Amino acid sequence: MGCEPLIDPHTIATLNSAFAGLKTSEFRGEARVIVPRELIYPVLTALRDKLAFDFLSDITCVDYLNYRGAEDRFGLVYLLASTGTNERLNLRVFLNEPDLSVRSAVPLWEGANWMEREVWDMFGIRFEGHPDLRRILLPDEFTAFPLRKDYPLQGRGERHNFPVLHRATS
Amino acid sequence: MPLHPASTLDELVHADDHEYLWTLNFGPQHPATHTTLRLVLKLEGERVVDALPDIGYLHSGFEKIGESLNYNQYVTVTDRMNYISPLANNVAWHGAVEKLLGLEITPRCKYIRTIIAELSRISDHLLCNGAAGLDVGAFTFFLYAFNQREVLYDIFETLCGARFTNSYTRVGGLMYDMTPLVIEKIRAFLKNLPATLDDMDRLLNRNRIFVDRTKGVGVLTRAQAVSSSASGPIARASGVTRDLRKDDPYLAYAELDFNVCCATAGDSYTRYLVRMAEMRESLRIVAQALDKLPDGPVNVPIRERTALPDKRSVYSTIEGTISHFELTMANRGFDVPNEEAYAAIEAPNGELGFYIVGDGSDVAYRARCRPPSFIHFALFPQLIRGHTLSDIVAVLGSLNIIAAELDR
Repeated sequence: MGCEPLIDPHTIATLNSAFAGLKTSEFRGEARVIVPRELIYPVLTALRDKLAFDFLSDITCVDYLNYRGAEDRFGLVYLLASTGTNERLNLRVFLNEPDLSVRSAVPLWEGANWMEREVWDMFGIRFEGHPDLRRILLPDEFTAFPLRKDYPLQGRGERHNFPVLHRATS
Repeated sequence: MPLHPASTLDELVHADDHEYLWTLNFGPQHPATHTTLRLVLKLEGERVVDALPDIGYLHSGFEKIGESLNYNQYVTVTDRMNYISPLANNVAWHGAVEKLLGLEITPRCKYIRTIIAELSRISDHLLCNGAAGLDVGAFTFFLYAFNQREVLYDIFETLCGARFTNSYTRVGGLMYDMTPLVIEKIRAFLKNLPATLDDMDRLLNRNRIFVDRTKGVGVLTRAQAVSSSASGPIARASGVTRDLRKDDPYLAYAELDFNVCCATAGDSYTRYLVRMAEMRESLRIVAQALDKLPDGPVNVPIRERTALPDKRSVYSTIEGTISHFELTMANRGFDVPNEEAYAAIEAPNGELGFYIVGDGSDVAYRARCRPPSFIHFALFPQLIRGHTLSDIVAVLGSLNIIAAELDR
């Protein structure tokens, strides 16, 4: 995998001048920006409309519960790319309990719909303004968020949550 | 019940109380879904007013498993994601791991990975197009495609011993080097496949039934494709020129000459044509890569401490012995930074990426897979709206939804 920078320095400079409180870093050629929670929607809008980041590659989340040196609980990751200039940019938003919500990116990218539903399903992070925030991979009756680090790999049964159907009564 | 059914689609979508709309369950077990996925359809006669995908039947917690298996073990799980092109998943996973570790693989390894990634693209497209034909009634076409897939499985078996779940890559290298027999078999395949592709083109490209059933069906515009994060042949059939092999060259693609196949119509028929064209380009890539295949080791040197050293150096050198010991001990392992990285490849189905968070141990703290099938299936309701029930199989077939990757 190539390690040459995948971003134009001008993009980062424009972002920094337009928004205060962004923290930028780089690792193996990947530009990463840590965005305060309130700013994520304006930053995404600016990136899409002014800086040609028209492609939302993925939205995912990391639970930093046992992570060495981590201060925040959840890190929401937005992977953006540009179909015109081939730049890539990773945005990260840190969230802490009890307020696990962030503004939905569905008005900007339709593709965010299922990605955000999956993050909600697996981590329990609410996306404000999402048109249809239901569980996607797990059944609706599921009560936990299994990709959180406090959820064990084995040993917790959820089958009692499923409704029991009886042939005689249905 | 109103005498005149609502005429516009928008009216119908919101017409929940109209009695003439009926609900149909499509799947989870239906031959045309190929695997387990369910659609709840709202129909007006035979016209699909709305479709509600219900997925998760094959959810197996692959990402959770990724947090307990080490970087080499997890490759077996990636096989089971998109099981019709497992080698491409192996390449994607270990490409991302090596990016996290900052490891530069050897030139020979790059070329071999390029070759197997392209062979798995052919394998995927043969299945996808074959099944797309089968779904609309072209059974012979399907057999032509599957006959060639059998040859590919033989090649993979000769390559690594497994036909289906290959698990061929390792951190910093490969399970085995490519033997001359494999190269011979690939060359024979390169020679024989074009004739089959010609046959397939002749069978279906101007077949009246196939063209009528797929042309203009499931049209995806360029704007929709970009906004919905579509990638791979589906986006390229809609006029998006993005191809990671060109735009963000990884492995050996920068040194090889090939074209990116694009079209603008964006319907099921065009997606079929793009896949057919991509197979021919893949053949060109494999032929060039075989010609240029460099000599040398496939694994990174012993000092990198990631790939198992070969037996000769384990038994005859002290570095080899120590390295082997360190790598196989439970409390040793790789030197992983406390960092996160995302790396993607142009898998047959689109952008397949892994977002890996390392925490110093040789087990990923988080192993997120960006699954193209998941993203493409979200497009399905807007592609099928307004078409008839029988068009569902034509659109599903052209999206190439692999439920194991969809649900992970």
